[in-house]
Amino acid sequence: MNTPNIAMTEASAPRTISFTQSFYWSVRREFWENRLIYLAPLAAAAIFLVSFVINTMILRRRMAGIWLVHESRQQSPLDLPYGLCAALIMGIALVVGIFYSLDTLYGERRDRSILFWKSMPVSDLTTVLSKLSIPLVIIPVLSYAITLVTQFVMLVLASVVLLGSGANIALMWTHESFFRVSLDLFYHMLTVHGLWYAPLYGWLMLASAAAPRAPFVWAVMPPFVIWGLEKMAFNTTHFLSFLKERLMGPPTPDMPMPQSGDFMSTLIPHHFFDQPGLWGGLAVAVVFVAIAIRVRRYRGPI
Amino acid sequence: MACIEARGLRKSFGTTVALDGINFRVEEGRILGMIGPNGAGKTTALNAILGLTPYQGELRVLGRNPWTERDQLTRDVCFIADVAVLPRWIRVSQALDYVAGVHPRFDRAKAEAFLAKTSIGRDRKVKQLSKGMVAQLHLALVMAIDAKLLVLDEPTLGLDLLYRKQFYDSLLNDYFDRNRTIVVTTHQVEELQHVLTDLMFMDRGRIVLDTSMEDVESRYAELTVLPAQLAAARALKPISERDVLGRSILLFDLAASHVDRQQLVALGEVRTPGIADLFVAVLGEAKGAAV
Repeated sequence: MNTPNIAMTEASAPRTISFTQSFYWSVRREFWENRLIYLAPLAAAAIFLVSFVINTMILRRRMAGIWLVHESRQQSPLDLPYGLCAALIMGIALVVGIFYSLDTLYGERRDRSILFWKSMPVSDLTTVLSKLSIPLVIIPVLSYAITLVTQFVMLVLASVVLLGSGANIALMWTHESFFRVSLDLFYHMLTVHGLWYAPLYGWLMLASAAAPRAPFVWAVMPPFVIWGLEKMAFNTTHFLSFLKERLMGPPTPDMPMPQSGDFMSTLIPHHFFDQPGLWGGLAVAVVFVAIAIRVRRYRGPI
Repeated sequence: MACIEARGLRKSFGTTVALDGINFRVEEGRILGMIGPNGAGKTTALNAILGLTPYQGELRVLGRNPWTERDQLTRDVCFIADVAVLPRWIRVSQALDYVAGVHPRFDRAKAEAFLAKTSIGRDRKVKQLSKGMVAQLHLALVMAIDAKLLVLDEPTLGLDLLYRKQFYDSLLNDYFDRNRTIVVTTHQVEELQHVLTDLMFMDRGRIVLDTSMEDVESRYAELTVLPAQLAAARALKPISERDVLGRSILLFDLAASHVDRQQLVALGEVRTPGIADLFVAVLGEAKGAAV
């Protein structure tokens, strides 16, 4: 009867938990708590698809019989609104990321669950980094995937609705824009949503970690005060214009691209990695996050 | 090696002194009850032990500095800070998954076995559970962790009698062994009488009494006397006196008043005092001495 003893010693021997593993479970935990991370872009995609189908059906009725006549003009109504779709989902993703960052370290103190999380062997570093990865990596990649699937469904739906209407469906599928847009969009998601806005997320998380209450006020007040002081002392608004530039996203190319009016072309930042603004912003983000980690160390429930 | 060792442990919030340079030592394998009125400094002491708050003075938990070495300590130290700290949105199965994912000493089968004895469904969310069930869930998670030190801060606050009793029964029967140390604070002191091995009374940041339960039994005695013997009993200098149903109950500190237990037996019925009565008497005495 040795078996139970062996089983018991095996069970009581402590496993080792790697950083990757506790990071993984910390991220999963964020998904359980914040289902908006994926539900919001999914809802945006669903609403978009419904209105897209209605729009295409109207288009079919309106264009009935004249497809063949106007072969040359056919491309423009059939040029699927990829850009609009991407803009909608990305906009939602940005809003979700901002509210997530502002609430995450405050929420765990408000509902006292910070005491439970702190009773687990997960360091403040792992916790804050896993939370930072949500707006920085997870939301951009996830909303990119959702956008891609949505655009593909758009193609399929448009083909079904327009089947037999005389429209050149093959043209839609061979149109290179779908794949080009996908790559551009992926680049945009990682660079602008991830890297360019990193200091914004870092700042919001710091406010979330430090605020005794109302983190939104704590996030907004300091920039407001700096703007006011600068205005009064020097009668200048450098700080405000700096902030505005930062929030508008990285500078886009001045020269219009060959397909002017194409929304997607504005998504590709010009010489993105050459910009000192990007690297300066990342350095600031690192400082904000480091302080947030430090602050969480001292924080308990409120 | 002592499980917890504190020398000159001090903590103040502004001008309020929460811990006034206290010294204590908790050996391995003990169950210490920290008892004191609100604001006595119990929670502050526990937070210092858990590395949740910085402090002044010297403090070692399992040989480590809890503030600077907190990340290493969290594997060996477990705590239930309050009944209501489990996140309300989490599902029972998710809580099990999460702890199994991040805690190297968590034995999932053990937690499942404990939960099987309750009526808690795996797919329920914490917010759908009653307060007693949440406490059971938290206890199931914590008891399945093979920790060296377990800290409980008011673990049964707001639970009904049945759950409170189950809580301590499970803790003693299924969890406690001589290699583990438990530190618990509570207001429901009477229920702890037979659970504790050591007792610490705190008041306004100071330790008023720090003793083992065996010492309580040999050092303190409660005498129930009829009115006829009352004068003789009072002459032996009890530390407190109260009247219950026409009889007087006097509490003696045998060591301090040099009274022999036999002298008391001659006057009436002698018993070991309850923790609550002892607490009131010792605290009253400490306050009297301070005036």
